Amino acid sequence: MNFLATVGRVFLSFLAHVGRLSAFTGTALLHMVRPPFYPRLIGRSMVEIGYYSLPVVGLTAVFTGMVLALQSYSGFSRFAAEGAVATVVVLSVTRELAPVLAGLMVAGRIGASMAAEIGTMRVTEQIDALTTLSTNPFKYLVAPRLLAGVVMVPFLVLVADIIGVFGGYIVGVYKLGFNPTTYLSRTWEYLEPLDVISGLTKAAVFGFLISLMGCYNGYYSRGGAQGVGAATTNSVVSAAIMILVFNYVITALYFGK
Amino acid sequence: MSDQPKIQLTDVHKSFGPKVVLDGVDLSVAKGESVVVIGGSGTGKSVMLKSILGILRPEKGSIRVDGQEVIGMRSRDRDALMLKFGMLFQGSALFDSLKVWENVAFGLIQGRGMDRAQARDIAIETLASVGLAASAGDLSPAELSGGMQKRVALARAIATSPEIIFFDEPTTGLDPIMADVINDLIVKCVKDLGATTLSITHDMASARKIADRIAMLYKGKLIWVGPAKDIDHSGNEFVDQFIHGRAEGPIKMELRA
Ligand SMILES: Nc1ncnc2c1ncn2[C@@H]1O[C@H](COP(=O)(O)OP(=O)(O)OP(=O)(O)O)[C@@H](O)[C@H]1O
Ligand SMILES: [Mg+2]
Repeated sequence: MNFLATVGRVFLSFLAHVGRLSAFTGTALLHMVRPPFYPRLIGRSMVEIGYYSLPVVGLTAVFTGMVLALQSYSGFSRFAAEGAVATVVVLSVTRELAPVLAGLMVAGRIGASMAAEIGTMRVTEQIDALTTLSTNPFKYLVAPRLLAGVVMVPFLVLVADIIGVFGGYIVGVYKLGFNPTTYLSRTWEYLEPLDVISGLTKAAVFGFLISLMGCYNGYYSRGGAQGVGAATTNSVVSAAIMILVFNYVITALYFGK
Repeated sequence: MSDQPKIQLTDVHKSFGPKVVLDGVDLSVAKGESVVVIGGSGTGKSVMLKSILGILRPEKGSIRVDGQEVIGMRSRDRDALMLKFGMLFQGSALFDSLKVWENVAFGLIQGRGMDRAQARDIAIETLASVGLAASAGDLSPAELSGGMQKRVALARAIATSPEIIFFDEPTTGLDPIMADVINDLIVKCVKDLGATTLSITHDMASARKIADRIAMLYKGKLIWVGPAKDIDHSGNEFVDQFIHGRAEGPIKMELRA
């Protein structure tokens, strides 16, 4: 009986969390579309997410493209398919690796800092102070971050697509001895708009999830510095898991047939 | 109705889990009146103010502001209601991402849509009235001492000239002279602006100076409410013990050996 009680309690608390997160998401979406808007804050979040994440995303992308070229060359040469390297690189990068890896990197960088900032505001009563100054915290804190996430992560992924392909090109041409023109034409030959579009769709969803998890965990953090620390960790872990799950779901929706 | 109370609490109950904090609080504050709430640390004075502001939601009872029930109010109505309020938080709760003057001007810019230049002038004026130089306006809150932060928080609470102002320990952490300056300022807010104020303090000199009426909170109830001039002959042994700060008496501090 004790065991059942424990299972029941865990299940109930899980349901409570899901309910609270759904309510949070609903309220946040409502405030994203209803005025007043805060262009200044949206701009600040966009710079924070888009511009300051460029180095880490760029670095991730260039090495991913490079290693992909190397790996697929050595693997595909076993059945004399080295010619497919350029195609493999561009498809893997645009469809999968750029969105997922950029998403994970941004989750670590941005999700954590959002949770820490909003969590600190919660435990020092700054969020309460906002409401007493007739400012809705969802509008002022959450909506700008969600909007910036949805817009800027696709931008980062587009940059990562280009840099990733460039990384593959560098290794392909300078290390594996491909002809530059052939490599580039191979890159374009089998690339379809849907490859890039599906990747950008993923990026927009991931951007939303990263900001959502950062804001949600920060908003409900409690208990001083320790609570804020826990919120930070939770925001990164939960965003990473959701990115992996949604990555599969979106892939299945686009290419599952 | 002109004799309608500005704020009316009826049988307000608030608990946190098993811990009962407010256990049937009744209080009525008339327009233009200054009421001071005294009581031991942890008796729920701050919880009482936050319940009126809608930051905490009581389980039972009624809280009316200008005759309008605030418990369970919709968030948009609450944003509108909050335009009447100014609140000084016990822990200051300044926005650390904004400069000092932006903190003070926040209610004017965000709440009332005033343009920044005009709001800045008012902010600087208000800072001067709490004894802070205009140059302090460009600092960030983290660069101020605790007492200076308190004064900035006070300036933020009164900058919009609200009808109702709550002060949660306005003079704690200030030197005696500055404390008296703040007391005068609070009295001036009431006299000049006709504001209704509800203050919390442990400082009996301050209470005597700013209060029309004093209320004492003990074990979740207001055990004594009366005119400030009667505080020394209240005939209530709890009040006597508290205002004279005696360790012996009916109030037992819950100490553990
Ligand atoms: N958000 C909360 N969650 C749980 N318990 C709380 C919360 N806020 C306050 N309490 C509890 O309610 C009680 C009253 O707290 P409150 O802050 O109102 O005290 P206070 O009268 O303002 O004391 P002080 O004079 O020290 O500021 C405390 O025992 C506190 O532990
Ligand atoms: Mg308090």
